[in-house]
Amino acid sequence: MAILTKEEAQSILKKVIGFSTADECIATLGGSEEGNIRYAGNAVSTAGAASTMSLGVSAVYGKKVGTATVNEFDDESLKKVVQRAEELAKLAPENPEYMPVLEPQTYDESPTFVEATASIDPMKRADMVGKSIAISKQQGLESAGFLNNNTGFRAMMNSKGLYAYNKSTNVSFSITIRNQEGTGSGYVSNSFNDVNKLDTGALSSVAAFKAKNSAGARAIEPGKYTVILEPLAASDLVSWILRGFDARSADEGRSFMSKKGGGTRLGEQLFDERITIYSDPTNPDLPSATWDGDGLPLKKTTWVEKGIVKNLAYSRYWAAQKGVQPLSSGGGGRGFGGGGGMVIQGGNSSLEDMIKSTERGILVTRFWYIRSVDPQSLLLTGLTRDGTFYIENGEIKFPIKNFRFNESPIIMLNNVEDLGKSERSGSIMIPPMKIRDFTFTSLSDAI
Amino acid sequence: MKRKDFLYYSAMGMGAFLLPKTSLFARTIDPQEALMERMDVRLKKELADAALNAAKSKGASYADIRIGRYLNQFVSTREKRVQGIANTESYGVGIRVLVDGCWGFAASHKVTKDDIANTAALAVAVAKANAKIQGKPVQLAPQQGYGEVSWQTPIEINAFEVPIQEKVDLLMEVNDTAMQNGANFVNSMIAAINEQKYFASTDGSYIDQDVHRIYPNFNVTKIDRQSGKFQTRNALSSPMGMGYEYLKAGPEDKVSGVVTRYKGRYDILEDVKAAAQNATDKIKAKSVEPGKYDVVLDPSHLWLTIHESVGHSTELDRVLGYEANYAGTSFLTLDKLRSGNFNFGNENVNVVADKTQVGSLGAVGYDDEGVKCKKWDLIKNGILVNFQAIRDQVHILGENQSHGCCYSQGWDDVQFQRMPNVSLQPGKNKLSVDDMIKNVEKGIYIIGDGSFSIDQQRYNFQFGGQLFYEIKDGKIVGMLNDVAYQSNTQEFWNSCAGVCDESDYRLGGSFSDGKGQPSQSSAVSHGSSTTHFKGVNVINTARNI
Repeated sequence: MAILTKEEAQSILKKVIGFSTADECIATLGGSEEGNIRYAGNAVSTAGAASTMSLGVSAVYGKKVGTATVNEFDDESLKKVVQRAEELAKLAPENPEYMPVLEPQTYDESPTFVEATASIDPMKRADMVGKSIAISKQQGLESAGFLNNNTGFRAMMNSKGLYAYNKSTNVSFSITIRNQEGTGSGYVSNSFNDVNKLDTGALSSVAAFKAKNSAGARAIEPGKYTVILEPLAASDLVSWILRGFDARSADEGRSFMSKKGGGTRLGEQLFDERITIYSDPTNPDLPSATWDGDGLPLKKTTWVEKGIVKNLAYSRYWAAQKGVQPLSSGGGGRGFGGGGGMVIQGGNSSLEDMIKSTERGILVTRFWYIRSVDPQSLLLTGLTRDGTFYIENGEIKFPIKNFRFNESPIIMLNNVEDLGKSERSGSIMIPPMKIRDFTFTSLSDAI
Repeated sequence: MKRKDFLYYSAMGMGAFLLPKTSLFARTIDPQEALMERMDVRLKKELADAALNAAKSKGASYADIRIGRYLNQFVSTREKRVQGIANTESYGVGIRVLVDGCWGFAASHKVTKDDIANTAALAVAVAKANAKIQGKPVQLAPQQGYGEVSWQTPIEINAFEVPIQEKVDLLMEVNDTAMQNGANFVNSMIAAINEQKYFASTDGSYIDQDVHRIYPNFNVTKIDRQSGKFQTRNALSSPMGMGYEYLKAGPEDKVSGVVTRYKGRYDILEDVKAAAQNATDKIKAKSVEPGKYDVVLDPSHLWLTIHESVGHSTELDRVLGYEANYAGTSFLTLDKLRSGNFNFGNENVNVVADKTQVGSLGAVGYDDEGVKCKKWDLIKNGILVNFQAIRDQVHILGENQSHGCCYSQGWDDVQFQRMPNVSLQPGKNKLSVDDMIKNVEKGIYIIGDGSFSIDQQRYNFQFGGQLFYEIKDGKIVGMLNDVAYQSNTQEFWNSCAGVCDESDYRLGGSFSDGKGQPSQSSAVSHGSSTTHFKGVNVINTARNI
């Protein structure tokens, strides 16, 4: 079993810490059981199941740190990995920024584990994918998709007795449906802790609808347009901002959070006043672990309130330098927030309301191949994909060819016209957004 | 140090000799020695046979097993500080089976005969569960068994045998050089990878391979507090399928010009000194006037354009729609290939796929489904002539032998079609970079890779770079900033005005090209000589927030 209980993980980690003769020792243990089906052309292409467990040990002498990992767990292997970490630590030069390990902490509970998801087996996966393929076949379309379920645990212990454990489940599904001629394409994706919230058939119907209705796209001139971004499209861009809340980069003058002449933009009105962003690892719609890689507890934190930057993330070292409390941005996930828990607060409009109130604009399903062009302004480039439509006089008129954009999400969140209701999109909660003056720079023939 | 020397000292019980500074800390195990432990190949064969027999007895018509030990070492630093030294090892087995024409795969980190037999049974169960939603049965190209064979990356210095201290000392010198030359910040790192992988299949192959890759890199930042501006310059190194010898450059490895570039081997200290100066110059450089320019692209830049526009568009799985839900499809189709006259580019454009090129990231003896590697044409005199395909795809091309470009990033991921090295062939006529620039009236010379983005069918792309030099009337007149070019793949490769000769040919590459679901990372090289493209659309990327 690659999924250990809190007690089983604790017993291995205690052994590891016991083998260490270093001044300080940190051991992390993680395991996952994963299964997936990938399909294309309405038929399964690859499928698999994997089970893995891995132990990482960091040994510390003074301010020298060495880390080694292993995935064998007999006593001999545990001793070996501790020794290797200690060897590496002794060879390492001093890390002047090393912070001593934390004392034991208390953590909130978060509903990250759902039994129904943990018990998914190959037959259940095949059934879920079968429903999706059936919809595509019935409508004479071609589907390519991916269903992945994962049960995992993470645990860490340090030589001061801190122990943290989290067990979680996740199921994620994405599907691209194209018409036979290759002239139309639709896409949907989402992920949940609870498999009962995932309806592969309903999501596939949305992708099929877009595949049919995006066929016959017309070319319109690139330029500045009002756009309505579906939650997925909005999260594709806004998630880049969330990576920029690191106080140190801002203080160092190499982030869009840096202030001209020195200092940071903490306390500044950086966005439209309708923008509020917070993280909450215990949010039941988007639960995540309640501790970060250092063992610091993660709590509800407001990052942006009514467009004003309220908090920046401080590592323990940088917080000590600046005389403030450390504030973790979490670990992993879609850029920020401990793999989940980030909420971009929404408004009251529905997507339909936004379309109705638009004289001339573009509805975007998603963006693709987004890369930073200039970190100073957070200028990004990328393309629309899988369903881009022209809106005129409050109605969707026709599908249009995909565009390349060059736009900064910071500029974008200053050009807010309207926000819809926030909903889960992957690992964040985000509303559909209506944005003015969004910059498209060229046309693409891609479908 | 040569490999045989290491073995000599190890055999003498002098492993610690390799780590001179460890004499201060008497330890019984040194990490390098620990890293050299390997499973006996006879034992691997026994385990492999256990898997293959279990799979066959459960009903598999074909099975393969990969027993993998993947070693990674990362040393990363910033300014005067080591940020991290990590040695990671991942060890386990992946078993792939074909049952009733449907694939199944399962993997486990437990490497005993019993666990392997259970994993094989799970792979069969997965295949059987999926058979009911299977379309056409898998059609596998025939493959001869090679018996017991082995292959090793031809390295001179195993990076894992080089003391950590030597790497730290080098990176500290790199950082110090950057700071001495005006940088405000510098990050540097050396990454080394060793894939020890054993493949066996029911075709009768037992293949033991030892694959090495290395990647030194840095990033230098210059800040102008007054204006609030900052600029960066990355290393002009390339990840390579080499050992630590990559970092031992001699004069013959240096390409002189507006900035020194590197061929085969790399001088990180010389490059970081130039980088600090370049970053300072970039702060003051002129912002580009948008419009049409000729672009002259150095191999340190062009590799990425080749990768995105040629490498990905010629992957058969993309052409067939297998990647539709993730990486995307391709503007290339089977019809375009079969027409025999599809002008991917003009007559200057010759592109080969090659899994055998020495020093490249993609070079191995055999791919991850036991096919001996080779080199083949993708684009000949501008015409599309082939795709990249593996065993369950080549029949679609009317071929009966796999191209040998199947890869998995680890034992716990299923192998699938991955890009081989895809390289633009040098021009046949003698042409130097200087002579190429002399023929450009209004242009931009671009060195190093930067921002990159391309659509899901590989038509429309946009690329930035590290260094941009304005060319006016055949001469470089100064540095430019805020440059990105946008084009369409077919239009771009048909605007190719010339490729420098083979004396300028160099490799660039990616350590982590992503594809597949679950996403897998693969390393791939792309070679070229400096190339001239006419009338490309350049945009200005500066914005105020």
